[in-house]
Amino acid sequence: MSVAVVSECPVCGGSVEIPGDVMLGELLDCADCASELEVTSLEPAVALTEAPIAGEDWGE
Amino acid sequence: MAPSIRDVEQNGSPVIGLVCTGIRPEEKLLAAAFEARGAELRIADDRRIYGNLAEWPTGLPECDVVLLRSKSQWRNALLARWIEGLGGLAVNSSAVFDTCSDKARTTIALITEGVPTLSAAVSLAPEAGLQAAEIVGYPAVIKPVIGSWGRLIGKVNDGDALELALEHKAALGGAAHTVTYIQPFLETGGSDIRSFVVDGRCVAAITRTSGHWKTNTALGAKAVGREVDATLAQVSEAAAAAVGGGIVAVDLFERSEGYVVNEVNGTMEFRNSVEPTGVDIPRLVADAVIERATASRAGRVPRDGRPSDGSGVGV
Repeated sequence: MSVAVVSECPVCGGSVEIPGDVMLGELLDCADCASELEVTSLEPAVALTEAPIAGEDWGE
Repeated sequence: MAPSIRDVEQNGSPVIGLVCTGIRPEEKLLAAAFEARGAELRIADDRRIYGNLAEWPTGLPECDVVLLRSKSQWRNALLARWIEGLGGLAVNSSAVFDTCSDKARTTIALITEGVPTLSAAVSLAPEAGLQAAEIVGYPAVIKPVIGSWGRLIGKVNDGDALELALEHKAALGGAAHTVTYIQPFLETGGSDIRSFVVDGRCVAAITRTSGHWKTNTALGAKAVGREVDATLAQVSEAAAAAVGGGIVAVDLFERSEGYVVNEVNGTMEFRNSVEPTGVDIPRLVADAVIERATASRAGRVPRDGRPSDGSGVGV
């Protein structure tokens, strides 16, 4: 999987690698602060927001 | 007049709806698998779905079959029931989600169908929690009936510890936490088994090992592929059938008396299991869903998703 771009973590400001085949809504982890991030737009540039925290009934 | 539920091109490729809460590695693998099979995938974010319950949900693209993979078990169960109520086809079915989203209901289903199951006791309210624990003995494991990933699961070594846990549950609030679900603690050496069942067939299994007694991969347990022996397949498939069939992951322990089922998961995660097993789990899931879509078009599947033969497959 190629790494196309790097975006800024909205939580810690660290660098987040964006995979070349990134999808809208994809969940990524910040390697610096371990926050779960969500891709909220692809154009004109990849935008990231902090993903919602896990709900009580979330899981498998 | 029955509401119109879909408007997909009947002569084109199967159209698959995928409902999720963001794209996890599992959904990304599934998207690639559906694309490789030539199916048209329409992804919907569950946070954008709403509508009149008598009509097809707004925010859910029309499709032949809806694969429900919300992170929220509540959302999966509700949306499956909504879709089925309109004559649509949901995977898994609402019956499977209803059963798997509650550990007590899962245990009851397993017992009812005679599947070897780790024993469990419940109290309907905290006041009887200590009495329920006496049934299974100490040490015991206390679990919320809802939730996953090992959260709020605790080992209690005696009644004093359980009293504290019950107080904490009461402080958390919420109707689900009034129920106390307790199982005996098993000395497993920090390992258990997870098997993957797709439409009645056990397709893969892993052994999960951890330095902690909790063996959730979400908590860092390591997965190693293991052979699916005939007994493991039989017990896993029976567990899947007990909850209504479909696509599920079964957690088991291997005991001297044989395999016993611990839990059945209705929205299985497999990101850590493809490589160690060498089994292309997302491809098998995609194949099963596409088969449902194809069968549905051919009129071979009840549109409400209810299994026709007890397997949950419906074909």
